[in-house]
Amino acid sequence: MEPYRRETGKVATLDRANVDTDQIIPKQFLKRIERSGFGRFLFYDWRFREDGSLDPRFELNRSRFRGATVLLTGSNFGCGSSREHAPWALLDYGFRTVIAPSFADIFYNNCFKNGMLPIRLPGRQVKDLFRRVRENPEYALTVDLESCTLRDGRGLNLEFPVKPFRRHCLLEGLDEIGLTLRHEDKISRYEAAHSA
Amino acid sequence: MPKTLFAKIWDDHVVHQEPGRPDLLYIDRHLVHEVTSPQAFEGLRQAGRGVRRPDLTTATLDHNIPTVDQKLPIADLIARKQVETLRRNCREFGVTLYDLDSRNQGIVHVIGPELGLTRPGLTMVCGDSHTSTHGAFGALAFGIGTSEVEHVLATQCLIQSRPRTMRVHFSGSLSAGVTAKDVILYMIRTLGTDGAVGHVIEYAGPVVEGFSMEERMTLCNMSIEAGARAGMVAPDETTFEYLEGRPFVPPGKEYQEAVDRWRLLPSDPQAEFHRDLDLDVDSLAPQVSWGTNPGMVVDVTGVVPDPEAFDEEADRESGRRALDYMDLDPGTPVQRVRVDRVFIGSCTNSRIEDLRSAARIARGRKVDQNVYAMVVPGSQRVKGQAEAEGLDRIFTEAGFDWRESGCSMCLGMNPDVLQPGQRCASTSNRNFEGRQGKGGRTHLVSPAMAAAAAIQGRFVDIRDWL
Repeated sequence: MEPYRRETGKVATLDRANVDTDQIIPKQFLKRIERSGFGRFLFYDWRFREDGSLDPRFELNRSRFRGATVLLTGSNFGCGSSREHAPWALLDYGFRTVIAPSFADIFYNNCFKNGMLPIRLPGRQVKDLFRRVRENPEYALTVDLESCTLRDGRGLNLEFPVKPFRRHCLLEGLDEIGLTLRHEDKISRYEAAHSA
Repeated sequence: MPKTLFAKIWDDHVVHQEPGRPDLLYIDRHLVHEVTSPQAFEGLRQAGRGVRRPDLTTATLDHNIPTVDQKLPIADLIARKQVETLRRNCREFGVTLYDLDSRNQGIVHVIGPELGLTRPGLTMVCGDSHTSTHGAFGALAFGIGTSEVEHVLATQCLIQSRPRTMRVHFSGSLSAGVTAKDVILYMIRTLGTDGAVGHVIEYAGPVVEGFSMEERMTLCNMSIEAGARAGMVAPDETTFEYLEGRPFVPPGKEYQEAVDRWRLLPSDPQAEFHRDLDLDVDSLAPQVSWGTNPGMVVDVTGVVPDPEAFDEEADRESGRRALDYMDLDPGTPVQRVRVDRVFIGSCTNSRIEDLRSAARIARGRKVDQNVYAMVVPGSQRVKGQAEAEGLDRIFTEAGFDWRESGCSMCLGMNPDVLQPGQRCASTSNRNFEGRQGKGGRTHLVSPAMAAAAAIQGRFVDIRDWL
C-alpha cells in the first residue's frame, strides 16, 4: 500500500448528505474481478447522461474541479453496501482524501485499507470549507498526516482527528495482514484453546 | 462486572490486545460470495498465502446469478466470469462452495442460519453489509470490505476497534399485519440512517422476545440501514428450537451442552450500554418508504411529506432531491401511490415465514393487470419448503412469477431490474437511487404489504384486509 504522508491538491465539492455506495459505484460495475479501473465508473448514474456524455448539472463535472484530489462532502458519506469498489473508484478517479462531517463505518474503514484518508470534521468547519471552495476557484488544501493538520495557504490551519494506529499504518503504508501474522503464535494458541 | 451480550462475545474472541491499538479478534465463521471475494483471493495468490481455515469458510453464489433457469450458462459474460472465478478460487483454496446445483445454495444470509452455520456466541463476517442479519441468533456478525475478506481468509482474524453499544427496547404490542419489517423501518425513520454509526445494537423488550427467528433476522438485517455496525438479539428458547436439528448443529449431548453455554450469553441485568433507546410500537401502522434512503419512511395511513417543513437545510435538500427522483408530490396520500412492479425477496424478507405471510394475502386474489410481481425465495431450501406447502401455486395462480433463489432485484446485479421510471413495492432493504435499476423507484414495505400492493396496484393498509 502506498504510504500517505502529506498531500496537496485541489478540492472538489459534492454538497449532499447520505451519499451511498450505490451512487459512488453502481452495481453493474461490481461484476469485474479486478481491483483497478473503477474510476471511470465513479458516480456513474450522476455523472453521465443517457447518451454517455457528461451531465453538466453534476457538481463534479465542473471544469474547475478537474484534477481534484480532495473530495469535500456531506454527512454519512459512504453509507449502505460494504463494497470496497467505492473507495477503489474514488481513488482511481484521483481522490485520496475525503472530508465530511461523518462517514459510514464500513466505508471509513475500507478507505484506510487503500491508502486513502477520510477526515471527519465538525459540521461548521465543513461548512466553512464549502464556503472557501465556492469563493476560490483553484482552492487547494495541504493534508499533513504527520501533524494531523489541514492548511490552505490562506490562513486556514485545522487539526483533524485520526486514531493513532490508523495513522501509523497509513504513514508507513503497512500491510495489515503482515501485522496480524506477527501474532501467529497467539492465533494458534487461541485456536488450540477453543477447538474443544 | 455485568456484561452485555456483545461484550461477552467480543472479550471471548480477543487474540491479542495492546493499549492504544485496536484488538485482534478471532473470527469463527466467514461467509463468502462472488462479488466481494475475487480481489481478496487474488491478493492471497499474489502474496503466496493460503486460506488459514477453509473449514470455517463457506461460499455460495447469490448476487449476480439469474433467477430463471439456473442450469443455463449466465448470459452476462462479466457476471459469468465472476461466478466462474469463485468456483476456481474455492477449488484452489479448498473452500466449500454451495453452487447453483446445490440444495444448500441461496442468499448468504439465508443459508447461514438455515444450515446452522450461524449460532449464538460466534463472531461472523462476510463481505456484505447485511451480515448483521446473523445477530438475530446472538452472534456478533458484521459486514466487511474486500481487504478485510482477504485478511480473514489469510489469518482468520481481524483488527477491529471496539464499537460502542446501544440497546433498543421495543414495547407495546403489534397489530395484526404489522411486522418486524415495519418495526425496523420505524426505528430507522426515528434514528436516521446514521443514527447508530459506531454502535452495535442489541434489540430487546417484549416485542423482540415474541418474534420468531425469521422476524428477528429481518430486524437485525436492517441494522446497517441505521448505520449500526451490527444488530443482536439475546438467544433464548426460540433460538435453540430453531437451531436444533439443523445440518451443522451437532445433535444430542453436544447440542445440549451448547445450549447450556448459549444460556450464559444474554446481557447481564445490570449491564450498561453506551446508549439506550425506548421505542413504543404499540398500534404502529404499516410503514412505507417514500424517498431515497431507508430513513425516509411514513405510515401507510400518511401522506408524502413536504421537505420544506423539515428542520435542517440538509434534510430539506435531500427531501427535495428524493421527491424529484421518486416523482412524488408532497401531500399525496401513500395509498394513492400506484406501483408497476412488486418484488418479494432479498436477505431481509425471503424466508419461509415471509413467503407464507405474502401468500396469505395472495391466496384467491389476482395481481393487478398493470403490475408485474415476482417472488424470489431466499434459498433452495426455502423454495423447496414453500413448494411443499403449496405456496408456489398460490403465487402463480394469483399471477406472481415464482423464481429461483438469489439476491435478484434487491440490487439488480442480475437481469432482474426495474426500467427507468418504474415504481416498485419491494420487501428489500434499500431504496437508494437506481438500486433496483437505473431510474427505478423503490418503496420498502413488508411482504404482506408488497403482496397487497401487487393485487390492488397501489399501496393499501394491510390491516384493512385482515
